[in-house]
Amino acid sequence: MTTEIITDIAEAEQGSSLWHDAWLRLRKNRLALAGGIILVAFSIIALLTPWIAPYAYDAQNLDLGATPPSAQHWLGTDIFGRDLLTQIMYGGRVSLAVGLIATSVALLIGVTWGAVAGYVGGKVDAVMMRLVDIMYALPFMIFIVLLMVVFGRNILLLFLAIGAVEWLTMARIMRSQVQQLRQQEFVEAAISLGLPPGTIIRRHLIPNALGPIIVYTTLTIPSVMLLEAFLSFLGLGIQPPQTSWGLLISYGAETMEEFPWLLIFPGLALTITLFSLNFLGDGLRDALDVRRSKD
Amino acid sequence: MSLLEVNDLAVSFVTRMGTNRAVDGISFSVDIGKITAIIGESGSGKSVACYSMLGLVPMPPGRIDGGSALFEGQDLLQMSEDQLREIRGRDIAMIFQDPMTCLNPFMTIGKQLMEPLLYHKDVSKQDARARALELLEEVGIRDPETTFDNYPHQFSGGMRQRVMIAMALINEPKLLIADEPTTALDVTIQAQILKLIADLQKNRDIGVIFISHDLAVVADIADQIVVMQQGKIVEGGDSEHIFHHAEHPYTKKLLAAIPADSKAPMPGEPETLIAVRNLCTWFEQGKGKEPVKAVNDVSFDIKRGEVLGLVGESGSGKSTIGRSILRLVPVTSGAVDFDGTDVTGLEGGELKRFRRRMQMIFQDPFASLNPRMTVFDTLAEPLLLHGIENRKSVASGVLKLMDDVGLARNFVRKYPHEFSGGQRQRIAIGRALATRPEFIVADEPVSALDVTIQAQILDLMQELGKEYGLTMLFVSHDLAVVRHLADRILVLYKGEIVEQGTGEELFERPQQDYTRQLLSSIPGRALLE
Repeated sequence: MTTEIITDIAEAEQGSSLWHDAWLRLRKNRLALAGGIILVAFSIIALLTPWIAPYAYDAQNLDLGATPPSAQHWLGTDIFGRDLLTQIMYGGRVSLAVGLIATSVALLIGVTWGAVAGYVGGKVDAVMMRLVDIMYALPFMIFIVLLMVVFGRNILLLFLAIGAVEWLTMARIMRSQVQQLRQQEFVEAAISLGLPPGTIIRRHLIPNALGPIIVYTTLTIPSVMLLEAFLSFLGLGIQPPQTSWGLLISYGAETMEEFPWLLIFPGLALTITLFSLNFLGDGLRDALDVRRSKD
Repeated sequence: MSLLEVNDLAVSFVTRMGTNRAVDGISFSVDIGKITAIIGESGSGKSVACYSMLGLVPMPPGRIDGGSALFEGQDLLQMSEDQLREIRGRDIAMIFQDPMTCLNPFMTIGKQLMEPLLYHKDVSKQDARARALELLEEVGIRDPETTFDNYPHQFSGGMRQRVMIAMALINEPKLLIADEPTTALDVTIQAQILKLIADLQKNRDIGVIFISHDLAVVADIADQIVVMQQGKIVEGGDSEHIFHHAEHPYTKKLLAAIPADSKAPMPGEPETLIAVRNLCTWFEQGKGKEPVKAVNDVSFDIKRGEVLGLVGESGSGKSTIGRSILRLVPVTSGAVDFDGTDVTGLEGGELKRFRRRMQMIFQDPFASLNPRMTVFDTLAEPLLLHGIENRKSVASGVLKLMDDVGLARNFVRKYPHEFSGGQRQRIAIGRALATRPEFIVADEPVSALDVTIQAQILDLMQELGKEYGLTMLFVSHDLAVVRHLADRILVLYKGEIVEQGTGEELFERPQQDYTRQLLSSIPGRALLE
């Protein structure tokens, strides 16, 4: 009997949290796991690029021009004779960083803002959400141009600016989720236990709104990557010889009839990343939904 | 010949986990002009049996393994989907449990009423309208001409159920299947709807299958009763036989689960724990509108150690009183004196200290537990928050609570969705007890549960009440349950107290009309005497 109690307690103590269980479930989802591994691998490559890239990022060979994949240039070269693999590796640094930083900023502000507005309600909610409406109404381009003019062109600022625009939708989604959830009796139960509002939001509301948050996040990452390409294309983002996947794709698209590899390989890099993200996102959503498959 | 003759019906569900026999060879019949009641707890197969006859059980995973269901001599189980669709809604109609979700909120009730008529019969719009109005009148909707173009949200729950019944009757079915049609309704409304169904069945000479988990509900109206347990019929017979000469232990258990006794009054004169004085909780309706006076100038005392019952229909403000005392809704005016301190003015840390002393058990154990927290997390949260246990000792504290509320220890890492309703309510009770409160508000804690489970949970609450020395405010619309549990009862009507007294006083010598009306609404009243 005594030993039984001891094992019970040991079992009870060993991390019984949502995240631990989610990890156990995620581990069984091959597709999601593969997605995660690919993303990690891409990130490591991006971090190590300056040391492992086959060529310098600004090395060009105008005499060579655009060549298809070969032994020297595995993925070929562009019209300036620059190695495409090197370009994609350096471009990945920018694109992955944009995706990560801008989305994190959007997530952090959006989820907090929406959760607070939805939870507190009343006048606070009205003021917070009207602010969101005003931000929505601001022409996004003017906002970015203004930032660039005031602070000078700065890649980190670009990330923050994109994040600062993307959080608006996240805040709205989060608010409507929280408004629905806070009607539920378990929130009332948490209040009557005496939990402070911050803890209620963190422990009881956000975990139950994770499904839509994750789905929206997997949609946000590609959209910020494309947004960066768009801004760079307009000359507001990063400038050559620096590059990003978005830029490579847009240049590649211009010359795709003559030099298709210039479109195919950067496109492939982006596609693989997005696929991995989606699989990982789906897997995470399922893993965090305790009601699904407990077998 | 019977209207419906079911023989040896068997239905299974095939899932990855294996085959589950939901209905295991049941036979019963429904006669013209009679009501057959099917009684059983959730999962007993009572609904599946009826739905499968009408082709309403999705297949797969469902599978009909055998048997026959002869409706006017034709076997429903052998019919094609097209033939069944013809019969559904025309010859056999259904009423469901929840009138809120069964009406389309974006269509006027008039349109919804005419729809089946226009679909099944070749009638003009004018005729359909006339017919629909006639029926609304028949099911007791006042002034059908004006309400015809109203939307469902403009009706109360009881009125909506009437509309549902009108809808079921519009094509003059020969058989009506009512699946727990009154479970979501108040006692007084329930009594009205039961009477309506019984009247309609007599006037129209139709057969009725009445599905319920509660024997008491069908006591006054059923001609035949079959009791189901785990897919099998354990006992069947006429109403008289079941209520007075039941043989099967399960039927006896169901009968015993109907609380029929009055609690003995508390000895001595205990001190007052909570004094509620002139409590008003009003909800603002927006500018220029009169606020909703959910609780209006209510005063009463709760003695230490007593169970105070609070009864009334929905909208009477009974839940709001409980929530006002616990500071879960803002109080408009008045005072709630808890052990010498007025809790209506408390803020911050002081409020938190008081929250520890008073807890709540909610009605719906499906909504009152965070679906993403394991039993462990749910129970550990209050223990850690109030410093009752530290990180090291919390596991043993949680297990102690689980023992107290009768949950097996190996459930500790499971999530709420893996439990039955009764088990979840045990978790919720455990959470409320975790802070070692002196006072608990129980808001309809058993009304979402099956009768036999209700009895278990009530027993548990009584036992724990004694063990923990709890004072309790027991909010319920079910007078029989309250009489069984409470030392004193307050009757609430439209936010005001109309009568109070011990269970015996109220049941034997009710002073007010409203109390008398409540008492006469208790289903199967004869059983209580």
